[in-house]
Amino acid sequence: MSPKDGFGFSRRDFLKTAGAGSLATAVTAAGVAEAHAQAGVRALGPGDVPVTLTVNGRRIDLRIEPRVTLLDAIRNRADLTGNKRVCDRGACGACTMIVDGRTVYSCSTLAIEVQGKQIRTVDGLASANGTLHPVQQAFCDVDGLMCGFCTPGFVVSTIALLEKHPNPTPEQARKGLDGNICRCGTFVRVMEAAMAAATSSAGGVRRG
Amino acid sequence: MKAFAYVNPATEKEAVAALKIDGIAMPLGGGQDLLARMKDYIDSPDRIVNVKGLDATVTATPDGGLKIGSAVKIVDLAENAQVAALYPAVVAAAGEVGTPQIRNQGTVAGNINQRPRCWYFRNEEFVCYKKGGSRCFAVNGENQYHAIFGNDGPSHIVHPSSLAVPFVAYGARFRVVGPNGEREVPAAEYFTMPTLQNVLKENVLDDEELLTHVILPAPGNVKHGHYEVRYKQSHDWPLAFATVVLMMSAANGTTGANGTSGNTIRSARVVLGAVAPVPWRSRPAEEALAGKPLSEATAALAGEAAVSEAKPMSGNVYKVQIAKTAVKRAVMRAAGIKTV
Ligand SMILES: Cc1cc2nc3c(=O)[nH]c(=O)nc-3n(C[C@H](O)[C@H](O)[C@H](O)COP(=O)(O)OP(=O)(O)OC[C@H]3O[C@@H](n4cnc5c(N)ncnc54)[C@H](O)[C@@H]3O)c2cc1C
Ligand code: SF4
Repeated sequence: MSPKDGFGFSRRDFLKTAGAGSLATAVTAAGVAEAHAQAGVRALGPGDVPVTLTVNGRRIDLRIEPRVTLLDAIRNRADLTGNKRVCDRGACGACTMIVDGRTVYSCSTLAIEVQGKQIRTVDGLASANGTLHPVQQAFCDVDGLMCGFCTPGFVVSTIALLEKHPNPTPEQARKGLDGNICRCGTFVRVMEAAMAAATSSAGGVRRG
Repeated sequence: MKAFAYVNPATEKEAVAALKIDGIAMPLGGGQDLLARMKDYIDSPDRIVNVKGLDATVTATPDGGLKIGSAVKIVDLAENAQVAALYPAVVAAAGEVGTPQIRNQGTVAGNINQRPRCWYFRNEEFVCYKKGGSRCFAVNGENQYHAIFGNDGPSHIVHPSSLAVPFVAYGARFRVVGPNGEREVPAAEYFTMPTLQNVLKENVLDDEELLTHVILPAPGNVKHGHYEVRYKQSHDWPLAFATVVLMMSAANGTTGANGTSGNTIRSARVVLGAVAPVPWRSRPAEEALAGKPLSEATAALAGEAAVSEAKPMSGNVYKVQIAKTAVKRAVMRAAGIKTV
């Protein structure tokens, strides 16, 4: 891994990526040749390219292939594992992050495309001393989860909802959260948590 | 997915140039469709060309219409006041696409050019006509979400785009750029009915061309209605839906040129979605509406007429009733009559 990589890589991490890495070296040469052929439009990859992300206010320098999704970059490379990979097809919401103020499915976003943008994940919500974000606290207080695997996505979507509608109507809350699925089915409690978070933060949610 | 090279052009010209390679190059909008297809190895391009740098604005045209850039996000279309004032059915359709996350990422051009959702098409194992094979698995297979119109060709998909339907209904034109310059195609002619020759695609766009703008003409004195029927209220495509645009004889409550009441429908455009391989314009429904007063009774007639020529498959007869209801309720909405 390049010294520019902002993270110490364990031997296991290295082994996990070594195969892809050596393949990448081989194809990078082709990528460069291709780049020269195209005046004015530079092709990046298909091998590793430098990608810089701003995640929860922190700069992260990576070397990854253009095909790496924002979710995989953050979970596997930056070791921020709060947001979950579930369907990996934009159909469940567990990977929801906020990019420049709007929710996105990070599984369906290329990391290379969100450079220079403000990326917020569930990992950045609690304070350094462990105090939960009001939305996280609301999910705990009303028991807005069962197995909990979808919860990080719901929490992030709730934060985006409350930034748009600080005092949402139940209809606005339903519509704002309907890009997330809870397979255990505890939607009633999720709605309660969203409404409770709106009340507890008195219309103003601390920015994550 | 297969590794690919990534190009991020700033202009239409650069984007078109970047699509021309030895190998497969594909434009990338919000990626809500293409990335999933690549993960499932339905497509494995060598190069991805980001086209989110193309026009992402909505601007007024001199003739009183609007020009919508291909890179406009679906959420921005759904929340655009100008679009809401002139083309409420576009806003109604945009606001229901998928989920908030999909609307935040998905673009207008990506939505229009998204590929079919037929589960055989989406499964790598099924090499059907649309993937260069020689059969359609839906005919004798699971076809409950397939077409009820236009079933004479080789493929029985329903066109997946929610936005395409109101665009056709409002008589939009699509601006396309390619290596040989630009052209404008009426939205209704952009989408193609499948034949053995063209079944690999759903529209007239060449591989090296890009859709850059949707140009909507001034709506004129019209009433609009849009109605979608879904299994689930989010996370899924509609089972059937309809946009109706009614050209009225005169402003409501006034008397028209030949003494006709302002509530008389002069002519109509009725377009159904999720029922055919293209946004499906229903001439019988349009004829049933022309010259009639705008009322619930007329709406019911339009619904009946809309499905008079339906040819459902083995597992989707139920969609005929849904399509009928969608048309009826879209007309009722245009009339301002309350619907469920
Ligand atoms: C759970 C779920 C539910 C959904 N529900 C709906 C729904 O109800 N209604 C609906 O309409 N859609 C629905 N969708 C589909 C979604 O709206 C589309 O995938 C999305 O709008 C595609 O836009 P995009 O910009 O992300 O396209 P991309 O994935 O980036 O591109 C789609 C296709 O268009 C091509 N393309 C992109 N830009 C251009 C251009 N400028 N010129 C030429 N070709 C171009 C790409 O090469 C690609 O083949 C749903 C998707 C999911 C996952
Ligand atoms: S309906 Fe079209 S996409 Fe589906 S199996 Fe038949 S040919 Fe393939």
